[in-house]
Amino acid sequence: MSTWDWQVFCKDTIDGEIVPRCFGGAGDITYLDWLLSAWGWTLSVSLLALLVALAFGSLMGILRTTPHRGLVLLGNAWTELFRNIPLLVQIFLWYHVVPALIPPLRGVPSFILVVLGLGLFTSARVSEQVKAGIQSLPRGQRMAGLALGFTLPQTYRHVILPMAFRIVIPPLTSEAMNIVKNSAVAFAVSISELTLFALQAQEETARGIEIYLAVTGLYFISAFAINRAFHFVEQRVRVPGMIGGGH
Amino acid sequence: MPMIEMKNVSKWYGAFQVLTECSTQVEKGEVIVVCGPSGSGKSTLIKCVNGLEPFQQGEVRVNGISVGDPKTDLPKLRAHVGMVFQHFELFPHMSITENLAIAQVKVLGRGKDEARERGLKLLDRVGLRSQADKFPGQLSGGQQQRVAIARALSMDPICMLFDEPTSALDPEMINEVLDVMVELAQEGMTMMVVTHEMGFARKVAHRVVFMDQGRIVEDDKKEAFFGSPRSERAQQFLSKILHH
Repeated sequence: MSTWDWQVFCKDTIDGEIVPRCFGGAGDITYLDWLLSAWGWTLSVSLLALLVALAFGSLMGILRTTPHRGLVLLGNAWTELFRNIPLLVQIFLWYHVVPALIPPLRGVPSFILVVLGLGLFTSARVSEQVKAGIQSLPRGQRMAGLALGFTLPQTYRHVILPMAFRIVIPPLTSEAMNIVKNSAVAFAVSISELTLFALQAQEETARGIEIYLAVTGLYFISAFAINRAFHFVEQRVRVPGMIGGGH
Repeated sequence: MPMIEMKNVSKWYGAFQVLTECSTQVEKGEVIVVCGPSGSGKSTLIKCVNGLEPFQQGEVRVNGISVGDPKTDLPKLRAHVGMVFQHFELFPHMSITENLAIAQVKVLGRGKDEARERGLKLLDRVGLRSQADKFPGQLSGGQQQRVAIARALSMDPICMLFDEPTSALDPEMINEVLDVMVELAQEGMTMMVVTHEMGFARKVAHRVVFMDQGRIVEDDKKEAFFGSPRSERAQQFLSKILHH
């Protein structure tokens, strides 16, 4: 094995010359610039997909616990649709098939399609977790809400969801970390994120080890930051007197 | 017009019939105790009163309003029918004060300060003013159940339903809850109480309903019930629970 060459990140991406201070300027970019930009794309795809996943996943999970058969069916169908097809295939479907079937989507940037693809795939998993969280509450909680004169939506809003979401924070943390890691599939539709960067940069520089180690580090940091953020939220919303809550 | 009127109520879970033609009524200011062996349908019956459990046949009227009618605004009706559950069902993520105020604010449209004030007054009444800022998980079972009664009272109910309010309590906490209930009964609250506490029944009930296998087999004035129950099943039941 040859020696480390971390200088590779300071190289200009066009002429391969090492740039002082490692950042390019005036139209030139170094591999470090590219790496950071790729990290930005990874974070953008991940965070937007996370929003999509939480919004649709929560909604579908909630629908599946209502007493209305039609809504339950809708939530179930949604969940099964998005969790029974491989993620990579779903990304290709969004990129190649959906725009062909729905003409207005033809002009939509692939970034948006990837956010939708990854977000909706993950929404199926969030839906499962939210449903499980709601079902883990005593049935009497719902009855108590209704008995006080709350409508069903009010019962969800004030009684069921505040506890259910507290319960599902740990599995949702894993899901949010998974999104960061799964965002690597975006390379397949040419989003210039970390994995695509790694593939191309190591071809150009032949310094695969340094490139992949750097990318690995950034994935780890991103996922771990999300983990800490969720953990912070979990601590903040702890209920006094509950298991794991402060007294 | 009776406060609660049930006429030939029948209910099935799939093919299994849990209630068979149950009829009874509770007059304004009356306290009735519903008892019977477990699985006899008592809890299901009381949950039919405010429509928490749907029923397939018969009629339930509360203050003249039909519970089973799809046109009835159930949330509006339930807002004035207090209910106390076996497992208290306080909302664990809210402080005691918030538990007492939330429905007053969101359902009755009272102001936050007014709701809080009323809540604190009711806490005083059940002897728990000092616990106002705690959370349900920090209270004992008996205290939680007293808060649950206060929460139901905060809605100014026209009648109260109790579904085995002391069954989940440690023995030493049963009396603190029963005392609150006795006081309520003596103040003239209309109450339907599912319980095995025959001491409570003797003390304040006007009538006792005995259920077995989804049927109401006895519905008598208290004196008649404890004197000479007509059905053998009720006699057996009573002898079981009165001798220890």
